[in-house]
Amino acid sequence: MAKHHITATVNGDPVEFLCEPQETLLDALRDQLNLTGTKEGCSTGDCGACSVTVNDRLVCSCLMLAVEADGKSINTIEGMAQGDELHPLQQKFLEHAALQCGICTPGFLVAAKALLDRKPDPSEIEVRYWLAGNLCRCTGYDKIVRAVLDAAQQMRGA
Amino acid sequence: MRYEAPSSLERAVDLLATATGDARVLAGGTDLLVQMRTDILNPELVVDIKHIAELREIKEEAGGFRVGAAVTGAELKEHPKLKAVWPGVVEAANLIGSTQVQGRATMGGNLCNGSPAADSVPALIAAGAKASVVGPNGRRELAVEDVMLAPRQLALSKGEIVASFLLPAQAKRTADAYLRFIPRTEMDIAVVGCGVCLNVDDRGNIGRARVSLGAVAARPLLVAEAAEALIGSKLDAAALSKLDAAAGAACKPIDDKRGTKEYRIKVAGVLARRAAEIAYQRARTA
Amino acid sequence: MQEKVKDGQSSPFQVVGTRPVRPDGADKVTGRAKFGADLALPGQLVGKVLRSPHPHARIRSIDASAALALPGVKAVVTRDDFLEQSSEFIPAGEMMINYRDVVRNVMAREKVLYEGHAVAAVAATSAVIAKEALRLIKVDYEVLPHVIDVVEAMRPDAPVLHEDMRTAGLEPAPTTASNVAKQLEIGHGDIAAGFKEADVVIERAFTTKPVHQGYIEPHACVASVSEDGQADVWVSTQGHWVVRAHCARLLGWDIGKVRVTAAEIGGGFGGKTVVYLEPIALALSKKARRPVKMVMTREEVFKASGPTSGAHVRVKIGAKQDGRIVAAEAELKYQAGAFAGSPVQPGAMCAYAPYDIANVKVVGYDVVTNRPKVAAYRAPGGPISEFAVESVIDEIAGKIGIDPIELRLKNAAKQGTKAAYGPKFGPIGMVETLEAAKSHAHWRSPLGKHQGRGVASGFWFNIGGETSVSLGLNEDGTLSLTAGTPDIGGLRASLCMMAAEELGVPLDKIRVQIGDTGQLGYNFLTGGSRSTFSSGMATVEAARDVMKEACRRAAKLWELPDDAVEYSNGGVRPAGPNAGKHAPMSLKEIAGIAGKTGGPIVGYARINAAGAAPSLATHIADVEVDPETGKVSVIRYTAIQDAGRAIHPSYVEGQYQGGVAQGIGWALNEEYIYGDDGKLQNPGFLDYRVPVASDLPMIDTVIVEVPNPRHPYGVRGVGETPIVPPMAAIANAVANATGVRFTDLPMSPPRVLKALDEARAKGTAKV
Repeated sequence: MAKHHITATVNGDPVEFLCEPQETLLDALRDQLNLTGTKEGCSTGDCGACSVTVNDRLVCSCLMLAVEADGKSINTIEGMAQGDELHPLQQKFLEHAALQCGICTPGFLVAAKALLDRKPDPSEIEVRYWLAGNLCRCTGYDKIVRAVLDAAQQMRGA
Repeated sequence: MRYEAPSSLERAVDLLATATGDARVLAGGTDLLVQMRTDILNPELVVDIKHIAELREIKEEAGGFRVGAAVTGAELKEHPKLKAVWPGVVEAANLIGSTQVQGRATMGGNLCNGSPAADSVPALIAAGAKASVVGPNGRRELAVEDVMLAPRQLALSKGEIVASFLLPAQAKRTADAYLRFIPRTEMDIAVVGCGVCLNVDDRGNIGRARVSLGAVAARPLLVAEAAEALIGSKLDAAALSKLDAAAGAACKPIDDKRGTKEYRIKVAGVLARRAAEIAYQRARTA
Repeated sequence: MQEKVKDGQSSPFQVVGTRPVRPDGADKVTGRAKFGADLALPGQLVGKVLRSPHPHARIRSIDASAALALPGVKAVVTRDDFLEQSSEFIPAGEMMINYRDVVRNVMAREKVLYEGHAVAAVAATSAVIAKEALRLIKVDYEVLPHVIDVVEAMRPDAPVLHEDMRTAGLEPAPTTASNVAKQLEIGHGDIAAGFKEADVVIERAFTTKPVHQGYIEPHACVASVSEDGQADVWVSTQGHWVVRAHCARLLGWDIGKVRVTAAEIGGGFGGKTVVYLEPIALALSKKARRPVKMVMTREEVFKASGPTSGAHVRVKIGAKQDGRIVAAEAELKYQAGAFAGSPVQPGAMCAYAPYDIANVKVVGYDVVTNRPKVAAYRAPGGPISEFAVESVIDEIAGKIGIDPIELRLKNAAKQGTKAAYGPKFGPIGMVETLEAAKSHAHWRSPLGKHQGRGVASGFWFNIGGETSVSLGLNEDGTLSLTAGTPDIGGLRASLCMMAAEELGVPLDKIRVQIGDTGQLGYNFLTGGSRSTFSSGMATVEAARDVMKEACRRAAKLWELPDDAVEYSNGGVRPAGPNAGKHAPMSLKEIAGIAGKTGGPIVGYARINAAGAAPSLATHIADVEVDPETGKVSVIRYTAIQDAGRAIHPSYVEGQYQGGVAQGIGWALNEEYIYGDDGKLQNPGFLDYRVPVASDLPMIDTVIVEVPNPRHPYGVRGVGETPIVPPMAAIANAVANATGVRFTDLPMSPPRVLKALDEARAKGTAKV
C-alpha cells in the first residue's frame, strides 16, 4: 500500500511527510517530524501524555491517524514557548515544582493551555476534571493544579 | 490497510458495501484505533466519515434536533441550544473518556462500537431518539434501542452507516438525565448507566417516562416496567422504591473486572432513582 | 501545604531550604528533555519481544527459521543467546537478586512462568515487519497447571513452579519441592509472655493485591554494539551501573566494554531497578550489527514488568488497658511472582518498626506464583505489613477508648529504642510527626455526614551505598557537577543546591549532569531513597575537595603553607598566624591560575555512603462514603513526615504528595485482576485504575525536620515512606465513617457495598 502524502501546519510551520495509512499522528510527530516532546504512555487514549491540539481542539495524538492530519493545524509542546519566553503555564510549572520525572508534563501543559484558551478563570474542580485524562504518577496533581490556577490568574492580570 | 475519506454518504456506503475484507467506519476513532493498536481488529479498509457534511452537523428539525453521527462530544457541549433541551443526552456523551477523547469521540461511534456500556446510548434511548441509517438500499429509521443486538453485534447490514440521530420534539415540562457509576470520577467505562426522560403535568404528576439501563445486559435496555413505576406518580418514596426494584429486576448482568452481578443490580436501582430525581427536577422547572 | 514545623527563618543556610527552579526544568517544560524512547540512532532497527500466552508451560522447542527468513528481519534471539547463571543471591539495595533467575526472567529457558514471559525477540527494519516476524516464530508449549493466589501456591498439592525449589530457612532442610522460596523470622522478647500480660488482644487477617508502580513512561532503550564488541546502551533506568553489570553478566561480556547512559527517566518508583529489554537489545544489536531500539507497550509493562507483591497477612497485637502494647505478632505471606525474591524481609522488618514493643515476632514467607516477578515498589514490602499493623492499632485504640494518636505516642519508637529487626535507633521523628498531627488543624476539624477520619503512621529505613561524584572547576570559575544516580524527581536541583551552599557560589554557576558509566566510578542505583542522601553526601565531599584544592593553589601562589589559607565566601583568603598579606581570591581567580599552579582542579568523591537514617510519617485522611454505591472518596489529606532536612522543600512535598496519591490508588482501586485462565484482565490504564486529577483533593504536607546527624545537611531519604501510611489511614477513616473495618484491599465500590450490606443486616453499620 502506497504511503500517503500529508501537508499540514505544525506549530505554525508548514510540514510535509509521508505516512502509512495505519500510522498514528503520534508516531508521525515523533518518528517523521522528530517532535519527540509529545510522549507515548499508553497508545490507548488513557494517559494523555500524547496530547496535542488539532485545529485548536485538544486530542490524544495516539487516537488519531496521521492521514487525518492532512490540511490541519497542529500544535505541540514544542510550539508553546515564544522565543526565549516560556508560556506562563511553563513558567508556573517550574515555579510550583509541578513536575517530578517530567514525562507527563508536555501533555499536561498542552491540555492546560487548551483549557485556559477557552476558560481564563477555571475553578479548581474544573481544572481537575479537564485534566482527568492526563495521568501523573509522581506529583499527586496538587502542584500541577496550583500551577494551572496560578498561571490562569497571571494571564488574566496580564 | 486502505484509508478512504469520502465526502459523500453515497460514496462511503459504496466503499463499505463493495469491500472484500474487513471494513470499518472511522468516526472519532477513539475505540477503533485502540482496537487496531491492540490487534483486536485488523481492517483492510477504513472509511473516515468526517468529511461528509451531513454527518458533522447539528440541525433543528421537526421541533427537535438532528445530530450528525460524527459530531464530537466537545461540539455537542458547545452547541448553543442542544444542552438546554437535552441535558441528559449531552451529559452522557460528555462522559465518554477524557477531554482529549471528547475532542474526537462521537455518538455514532459510541453506538456502533457495540458496547453494552456505551454512555450515550441509554441517554439516547431514554430520549426516544431515532437513528437514521443509510445503506445500499436507501435510508431507514431505527429506534436507537433496536440498533445494538449484542456485544459487537448491530442490526445493520453490510454497507449501512448510522448517519444521524433525531432527538424528537419535546412536550412541555419534559426533561432527561443520565447518570453512570464508575469507580473513579473520570476515565472509566460505566459499571452501570441509567438514562431517564420524563414529562410532568402542571401539578407535578409524571405523564410519560422512559428509563434505559446500560452495562447491565448484553445490550442497553429500555425498561418499560421502570417507566411504569414512575408514571402517574409525583416521584414519591413509593414510586422511587418501585423504580429501584424494576430497574434491578431488568438487569441481566455479568461478573467482570468492572463489577459483580449483584453489585450492578443494586447500583442500577440506585442510579435509576437518582437520575429520575434529576430529570423530575428539570422537568418541573422546564 | 508548604508548611514546615521548623521553618528556615533561623536557617544557617543560604541555599539549602530555599525553592529555586530546577536546573533540568526548562528542558522538561518545552519537550526538549530526552527520555528513554526519544533517542533515534542512524540505521536503528526495531526490536520486539514474543511473549508467552500461557501462565505456566514447558517450552519443548522454539523454531524461528521462518521469522529469520522474512525480508527485513535482521536478528532473532532466544534463550540460547544468554549465558546460563549459577544460583546465588546477591544483595541489590533493598531487594536480593539471583542471576539464575534474572536470566530466566529476561528470556524464558525451560519454562514460561507467567503470561507475558519473554520467549524470543526479533530486530527488524520496521515495527510492522518485527510484529509479523513474531507471528512466524513457532513455540511448542506443554501447558502446565498454574497457580496465581499466594495461599493456594503454599498448599502441598499446588502446581510447582520450580522443581528444584526447597524452602530456605527451615531446619531440617526440606527434601521436596515447594513454592515457598524462603521462610524467615524476626523479633525479640517473649511473645507468649507478652500476650499473657495483655488486657486487650486483637487479631485480624488482611489481604492486598499486587499493584504496579505505574510509571507513565514504558521501559525503553537503544543498544548499539560495534564490530569490535564495544557496546552502548541508552536507557530509562534507575541505575545505569546496575544495568551495565546485569547486561555484561547475562551476555558474558567484559563490564568495561559496555557503556550505559541514563536517559531522562519517566518515573520508576522501584520498577526500573531491574533489566528487561536491555540485554535483549544488546544481544539483537550484536547479531544484527545495527543499533536496536526497544520500547514496551503499556500492555507489556503491566504483563511483564514487576508489580509489587500481593499478600496475605495476619496480625495480632496485645495491649494493656493504659494503651501500652506488650506483644505484637505477624505472619506475612508475600507473592514473589515467578521467581523468588518478594520484599517480605523488609516488610517483616518494617512491620513494628515505628513502635517500642518488648515482645515481637514476625514470620515471613516468600512465595512464587505464576505472575510477573515482583520488582521494588516504593518502600518495598512496608506498605503491606504496615497497612495491617496500623489497622489493628487503630482498632486497639478504639477498643481501649484512647485517641489513636495518643496510643501511638505512648508506644512510639525514639532515639535509643531497640528495633525488633535489630538496631538501636538514632534520632528519629516518630514522636515529632505524631505531635505535629495532633496539633494540626485537620485533626480537630469537623466532619460531615457519611464522613470519617483516620490516622496512620509509617516507617522506612532508607539506604546509602556506593556513590561517585565529580565536580570540575572550569576555566572561568563556573563548575560542572557530575553525579551518577539517575534523577527521577529533582535530584539535580538538590545536588546543585548543596554544592552551591558548600562553595558559596551562585546556583546558576553550577551545571549538573548525570554522567554515564564511563565518566564516574561505580554508582549504585537510585532507590531506597538514597540519591539525595548519598549523592548529596558525595557532592558535599567533592565540593570540599575543590575548596581544599583551591586553598592549596592559593598557598602555592602566595608561597604559604597550605594551612595558612582558608576557604570563605566563594573564595580563598590568607588565614591564621602564618598568613601573609594577600588580597582574597575568588574561585574565578583560582580557576584562572589553575594551569600554572598544578593543572585542572576537579573535586572527586567516591564513597560507600553510610549513616542513612529512617524517615517516619503520620498521615491524616478524611473520606466520604456513598452508602448506596460503596464508593469511597478521599476529601482531605495531610501528610506529615520527618525529612531530616529538606534541601528543596517543594520536591520534598512533592514526594509526600506523590506517595500519598499512589497509596490512595492502592487503597481504593488499583489491583491486578486475573481470570481463571491465569491471564491478566486489566493490562492497561483503562481498567488498572490509578488516581486521576479529579479523584484527589489537595494533599497538605508538613515537613518535620529531625536532622540526620550522619549527613552533612541532616538529610534523610524521603521518597518511600509517604506510600506507607495511606492504606491504613484510609481504612481507618472508612471504619470511622461506616463502623465497618476493611481488611482487604482495594476497598473498591463492589467490595465496600457488599460489606456495608452485610453489616447493615447484622445491625453493626453506622450508615
